[in-house]
Amino acid sequence: MKVLVAVKRVVDYNVKVRVKSDGTGVDTANVKMSMNPFDEIAIEEAVRLREKGVVTEVVAVSCGVVQCQETLRTAMAIGADRAILVETLEELQPLAVAKLLKALVDKEQPGLVILGKQAIDDDCNQTGQMLAALADMPQGTFASKVEIVDGKATITREVDGGSESVSLTLPAVITSDLRLNEPRYVTLPNIMKAKKKQLDIFTPEALGVNVSPRIKTLKVVEPPKRSAGIKVPDVATLVAKLKTEAKVI
Amino acid sequence: MTSLVIAEHDNASIRGATLNTVTAAAHCGGDVHVLVAGSGAGAAAAAAAQIAGVTKVLHADNECLAHGLAENMTAQILAVAANYSHILFPATASGKNVAPRLAAKLDVGQISDVTKVESADTFERPIYAGNAVATVQSLDATKVLTVRTTGFDPAAATGGSAAVETIAAVQASAQSTYLGAEIAKNDRPELTAAKVIVAGGRALGSAEKFNEFMVPLADKLGAALGASRAAVDAGYAPNDWQVGQTGKIVAPQLYIACGISGAIQHLAGMKDSKVIVAINKDAEAPIFSVADYGLEADLFVAVPELLAAL
Repeated sequence: MKVLVAVKRVVDYNVKVRVKSDGTGVDTANVKMSMNPFDEIAIEEAVRLREKGVVTEVVAVSCGVVQCQETLRTAMAIGADRAILVETLEELQPLAVAKLLKALVDKEQPGLVILGKQAIDDDCNQTGQMLAALADMPQGTFASKVEIVDGKATITREVDGGSESVSLTLPAVITSDLRLNEPRYVTLPNIMKAKKKQLDIFTPEALGVNVSPRIKTLKVVEPPKRSAGIKVPDVATLVAKLKTEAKVI
Repeated sequence: MTSLVIAEHDNASIRGATLNTVTAAAHCGGDVHVLVAGSGAGAAAAAAAQIAGVTKVLHADNECLAHGLAENMTAQILAVAANYSHILFPATASGKNVAPRLAAKLDVGQISDVTKVESADTFERPIYAGNAVATVQSLDATKVLTVRTTGFDPAAATGGSAAVETIAAVQASAQSTYLGAEIAKNDRPELTAAKVIVAGGRALGSAEKFNEFMVPLADKLGAALGASRAAVDAGYAPNDWQVGQTGKIVAPQLYIACGISGAIQHLAGMKDSKVIVAINKDAEAPIFSVADYGLEADLFVAVPELLAAL
């Protein structure tokens, strides 16, 4: 069984982003870019499934600018067998990405598709669910545990009050949550091997997908600033302030 | 123009998140209807009919809707979606699970975590862990939204008198089966609705210490308990206590962060709290940059002192 894993190139999670003063967006020039942390977890899970003998091939996919190739090489260094880039300069929103992935699902016929639960740049948390809808597959979102047995996936999901389990027929879409696994460190030998692995490039046009955005960004601003706080010397002062000044207790 | 709010409920009653979502729906303009899809959910439907501002409740009842499975919920909403210009879900685990699946079936975009409704097609939402706020406009005829409940006041739970209309329920999808859940039951206020939250970080060092130091303080204040990702990953607190960019988003009157360094991702979940208190022995901890009151102290000394002083 093949597993497709979608990965996104995003601003590194450690970067404190700056909003551009012209209100058009966030400044990403010369900013460190990395694989979306949830997608690292997705690749790791796929590789573990291959190591357990549950799947035979892990195919990493990314959509966007040509530099996404770096993200795909990282995916292959973690252990993906080959990669596909859908290259475009267009702004890609979740519905468009889901359509591109659906076109690749039709080509590759995977038994499983794993995505990160959300991208840390747009914070949408939509693409996996949208792909499942378009491909008519069941979905196991916010997964903290995945077990594949006899053509079914048993997924433990992190939900608001704790966790729940669902059983899905394959093929299915899974989105990874934080505690699904801890991704392995990428070793230098694996980085070198990844350079030689197969990486195919397509375009949205070649896949027959219209990726025009459905949502227009009108402006991007900084959130309202909190006024500066104070340091208190001891617990007694803290309690007094909370009672008389802040009036919250 | 009419909005449909997909109710969050437990079949017996309506969950608070639904009330904030009704307010957001009202801001979109037009009538507000509520869909209660569940199993044995008559009481929840009757409660939805009493929400102020709601003019109609649709009630779909079937065993397959008992646990909110996305495949079944989506099919159920699709049956009525054509009648609505706006379909809103609270940005809860259930809402986030179903809304995008519905949007894709309708071939429309979806807007997540709406914090403000500017007009029928223009909304504000946070991006980059809340370090930027985007104003976006939907170009689709049907708007599918998830609503950040902390952005909207709850509609009054009583005062409305909507008609309840029973609609045909869908059949179960053969692709997805609910197996069970492990949901913590306690008397604490729910994190996302609590007025006071006491949250612990990795500094607590163990689940035992987390319980020993955080629980009595939360009890004294009638507070909900929260945790940083680091504390949850280390097993000191359950996953549903995690506050942050990809966990719970909270905005209580008072947030007390104990031994939490204040990573960008944690701040994303709590920086809209009215008053923030930070207790941390590291003077350079980033949490102090958002704290109204910062106490540089060892939490193992300060927290018991605080408990005694309250």
